[in-house]
Amino acid sequence: MKTGLKFPIYLDYSATTPVDPRVAQKMIPYLTEHYGNPASRSHALGWKVEEAVEEAREHVAALVRCDAKELVWTSGATESINLALKGAAEFYKTKGKHLVTVKTEHKATLDTMRELERRGFEVTYLDVDEKGLLDLARLESVLRKDTILVSVMYVNNEIGVIQDIPAIGEMCRKRGILFHVDSAQATGKIDVDLGALKVDLMSFSAHKTYGPKGIGALFIRRKPRVRLEAQMHGGGHERGFRSGTLASHQIIGMGEAYRLAKLEMAEERERVRVLRDRLLAGIQSMEEVFVNGDLVHRVPHNLNVSFNFVEGESLIMAVKDIAVSSGSACTSASLEPSYVLRALGRSDELAHSSIRFTLGRFTTEEEIDYTIEHLKTKVAKLRDLSPLWEMHKEGIDLSTVQWAAH
Amino acid sequence: MAYSDKVIDHYENPRNVGSFDKGDESVGTGMVGAPACGDVMKLQIKVNKDGVIEDARFKTYGCGSAIASSSLVTEWVKGKRLDEAASIKNTQIAEELSLPPVKIHCSILAEDAIKAAVEDYKKKHGNK
Repeated sequence: MKTGLKFPIYLDYSATTPVDPRVAQKMIPYLTEHYGNPASRSHALGWKVEEAVEEAREHVAALVRCDAKELVWTSGATESINLALKGAAEFYKTKGKHLVTVKTEHKATLDTMRELERRGFEVTYLDVDEKGLLDLARLESVLRKDTILVSVMYVNNEIGVIQDIPAIGEMCRKRGILFHVDSAQATGKIDVDLGALKVDLMSFSAHKTYGPKGIGALFIRRKPRVRLEAQMHGGGHERGFRSGTLASHQIIGMGEAYRLAKLEMAEERERVRVLRDRLLAGIQSMEEVFVNGDLVHRVPHNLNVSFNFVEGESLIMAVKDIAVSSGSACTSASLEPSYVLRALGRSDELAHSSIRFTLGRFTTEEEIDYTIEHLKTKVAKLRDLSPLWEMHKEGIDLSTVQWAAH
Repeated sequence: MAYSDKVIDHYENPRNVGSFDKGDESVGTGMVGAPACGDVMKLQIKVNKDGVIEDARFKTYGCGSAIASSSLVTEWVKGKRLDEAASIKNTQIAEELSLPPVKIHCSILAEDAIKAAVEDYKKKHGNK
């Protein structure tokens, strides 16, 4: 059965993706041959690279349907989010000091918000429903006269659910509140249309969409114009928003990755959906499994499942033929259950026993079939070892048991 | 998280997995931990007329270190008298398995499980 398969089977595309070989090919000459500094105006080596950087910017703009002039290169989504939130908060602080976000956001947003609290801003962290979705009425109820910015992610990194960005945009625009969207997990998976969305700031990453690590972009709307306080000072690159020599080979890579995403997204999404449904059906043939997060408002690339009565870390250790994560990669070193699953109201036990499967461009049907069999064997083995499974099989309701907490 | 070879060995090939009949007079059962904390251990000992542990079984819900700690102690308690078994220290378990600091609680839980099983057996026999 193992013939033709490469181990471990990679099902962690939301942590990062491999660089598409076509992207890597495109990048290489910009390391060795076209090495000029795109800011060098005095010779052809600079001009050549500047041209390629601007072409890459056009490719990114085309995927998300904005003007290329509205994009600023950064080192990745984390930096984009920092620039958007801190930059806007600092620039507009005389207008108000209230910011709004959601408890299931990525740490890049949550931790930046915590920093802004230390700087004297007030932040509201909204709950989500048990499917992971934000209730718009609840959002509306917390908006105030002094609210200057709302930040919501498009696609959640752990459970893949899609928030209603069009509706939130309308709500914010009507009130003159800036709206930032973290789209790190959205590009190449769903249509992002900045021509239609009332979004003022949007953060992007290359390495979640088959581009290289260490490069991202921030969309800063020109009409109506959004202003930011720069967070990186220096030579005044990127119209003063972000100083620092442009990482030209990375930028070329991101441009090519986004160009391919635009071309192949629709077909890829349907192919991935078929594989995800196959995986879901295989998993659902097991007892006591629970899908985390809404299945409809969700990218097909993500499946997050809790296996009741087995513990997450031992499960990850058991399924060593597949590369998956328990919660997000940023938190898998900690012993705490996922804060995202906790925010859905999942019990500690179920939050502890979750696996995030994320599928992508190079996932095959054979890999999915192997994964299903592997999971069935390993979960059965761990359940044979589990006193909780034994009690469950004896008909004991575990919620009525008095545990000696330690 | 990098596990020691001994942890991996016990995790891959756990010793003495299973259950004895809880109602059996010769069996002592200890169940410690809580699902919300991420570990529950059930350790059972079978004691002969001379007060020597003849056999042991375990089931554990928990991480690899928790499974390895409980598997290891089922081996260690066999052939020991009750008071000898109850004197096994978590530090010995942690040392044998080279547990990292964040996993010391697994060895503490295993020590507690032995004590609870011995206690249960003694209770059944009027604390003799």
